Amino acid sequence: MIDSVEVKLRLDDTQNQKKIILKADHIKKYFPVKSGILSREVKYVKAVDDISLEIFEGETFSLVGESGSGKSTLGRALLRIQEPDEGTISFDGKDITAMNRQQMKDVRKDMQVIYQDPFGSLNPRMKVIDLIAEPLDINNLYRGKERVERVIELMELVGLDPSRRNRYSHEFSGGQRQRIGIARAIALNPKFILADEAVSALDVSVQAQVVNLMKDLQKELGLTYLFIAHGLNIVRYISDRVGVMYLGKLVEVGNVEDIYSRPAHPYTNALIQTNPNPNPRSRREKLILKGEIPSPSNPPSGCRFHTRCPIASDKCKEVSPELREILPGRLVACHYPLI
Amino acid sequence: MKTLLEVKNLSVEFKTEDGSVRPLDQASFQVEEGQTVCIVGESGSGKSVTSLAIMRLLEFENGKITDGQILFEGEDLATKSAEEMRKIRGSEMSIIFQEPMTALNPVFTIGQQLMEGLQLHQGFSKKEAWNRSCELLNLVGINDAQDRMKQYVHELSGGMRQRVMIAIGLSSNPKLLIADEPTTALDVTIEAQILNLLTELKDKINMSIILITHDMGVAAEMADYIVVMYAGKIVEQGTVYQLFDEPTHPYTKGLLQSIPSAEATTDERLYSIRGTIPSLNNLPTGCRFHPRCDFATDKCLTEVPPLVKENDRLVACWNINDVLEKSRGEKVEIL
Repeated sequence: MIDSVEVKLRLDDTQNQKKIILKADHIKKYFPVKSGILSREVKYVKAVDDISLEIFEGETFSLVGESGSGKSTLGRALLRIQEPDEGTISFDGKDITAMNRQQMKDVRKDMQVIYQDPFGSLNPRMKVIDLIAEPLDINNLYRGKERVERVIELMELVGLDPSRRNRYSHEFSGGQRQRIGIARAIALNPKFILADEAVSALDVSVQAQVVNLMKDLQKELGLTYLFIAHGLNIVRYISDRVGVMYLGKLVEVGNVEDIYSRPAHPYTNALIQTNPNPNPRSRREKLILKGEIPSPSNPPSGCRFHTRCPIASDKCKEVSPELREILPGRLVACHYPLI
Repeated sequence: MKTLLEVKNLSVEFKTEDGSVRPLDQASFQVEEGQTVCIVGESGSGKSVTSLAIMRLLEFENGKITDGQILFEGEDLATKSAEEMRKIRGSEMSIIFQEPMTALNPVFTIGQQLMEGLQLHQGFSKKEAWNRSCELLNLVGINDAQDRMKQYVHELSGGMRQRVMIAIGLSSNPKLLIADEPTTALDVTIEAQILNLLTELKDKINMSIILITHDMGVAAEMADYIVVMYAGKIVEQGTVYQLFDEPTHPYTKGLLQSIPSAEATTDERLYSIRGTIPSLNNLPTGCRFHPRCDFATDKCLTEVPPLVKENDRLVACWNINDVLEKSRGEKVEIL
């Protein structure tokens, strides 16, 4: 009986076949904490602790979670911007875990990053044309007239006035600077873009412009996004699938609408309930989590969420729940999922 | 309800290298007793300047009130001396800021910072101040108050620091608490705790709150009354239900539409207001919103719209009828 269900699930999977563009297995990233006069490494901050995930080609996969949950570290580890301590990563069918610098340089043409702070991530001494052409220059692509043409093309693509290409980035507003960041990221025609809090620092009206641009580019260029954010409204709007992180662990993964309408992990449920809803008529008693996110250098035993979980039992204090598939495409790490 | 604070035609100027700028221009609004008023708007709209002006903290930031009155229980704060203001700040009104790490002093313990105000403004003895401080920490949801009193700011988490800030803010039993983006730097589960705490405290001690936020979600949850600002001007104000049910100023409307709603499907484009907020030293003529407005007419380019009562709330727009007609049309389409 159980076997036949499993067979059926697999059949479903093959029917709507999606190509996996990035696959990560058992990724760990620990940061040593030094203390004492001899600076001995005594503890580790387990920023990313044994995470596996798959991202499909052409989708937007979002990582959400509070500060200290490890979402940015995971994003960087997947691109090997920060080397993971353990685990394997394959991108576009190739194992990139052990690639050397030169090989990675080639792969990186296909995996680019947009950062949060458009003020801090753009060199103030460079003109916009050189900022946008920098990825081209590094890879010795396009020279002279072609280079200028490519920059103009990119500026038009992201909605910047190409006649302003010889200006410096401080002459642009926050939203426009983020567009420069996006133009840099797409300059090499990548397949995959990590957007690390790319719209979090922007005002709402400008945020909407940039999100629309990102969606347009996704359609036009067939991009896959790994979107890291803490704003739940924007995540719901932009994502196909969502992964929820808590203290270095992935606690829930699934389709965005499924997760938002029926969260399975108590933490996801609390996040969604406490998210300020722009509707004064939906004010209600909320499930407000007690306490704070514990220090990642000394995470709780068992399920890391048990100290704040409204339904935790003794089992949760001892046994760490594995991330398991409870419905097709829905993974939850909880002994007592809500659905 | 009794009016606690009445801001009348308030204008503020800052001296800069390129001449003076006016981040707040002819602002008027009221705060009733026990009411929560949210001031919303994007960065550069003048929200924080308004709060600093009310507290008369502008002087420390090189700013100046150039026009208008700030009537607090009938008395004009705009003309009070620095010494008188210092007393009022220590008793009648308090302010809490976004970043408690910079607002709290790193070299004094939590206890010392809490007790300072009590001893200075309320004549408490050291022992009384200690006990009252512990009470206040309990009030803001810090349980192990005796131990926390001896700790320094860096030993506390972000949410805990904000609780301490609130405790300090409450120590003088203020009638008005101004909270300037108090949860912006916090995670969403901690934000919920702090907002919940503010609501509980308000009911418990019948205090009025001016909450400054850029997050329309926070405003929807907290506000009785909302003031919407754009580029130094109040463009619309009304009750929370008026504003969210039928936004009347094109900017308010745009602001609400830019937030992705639960119903929006991923295929729809997100509404966005074109362009960006103008800088204060290069403001558009006429209505400051006109370069970004879908309803702008020739009149908007030259004449500044006054804040007048329309559609049962206060709005500064020349084309209210067009806006309302359009939004009512949209509603019918949805039905």
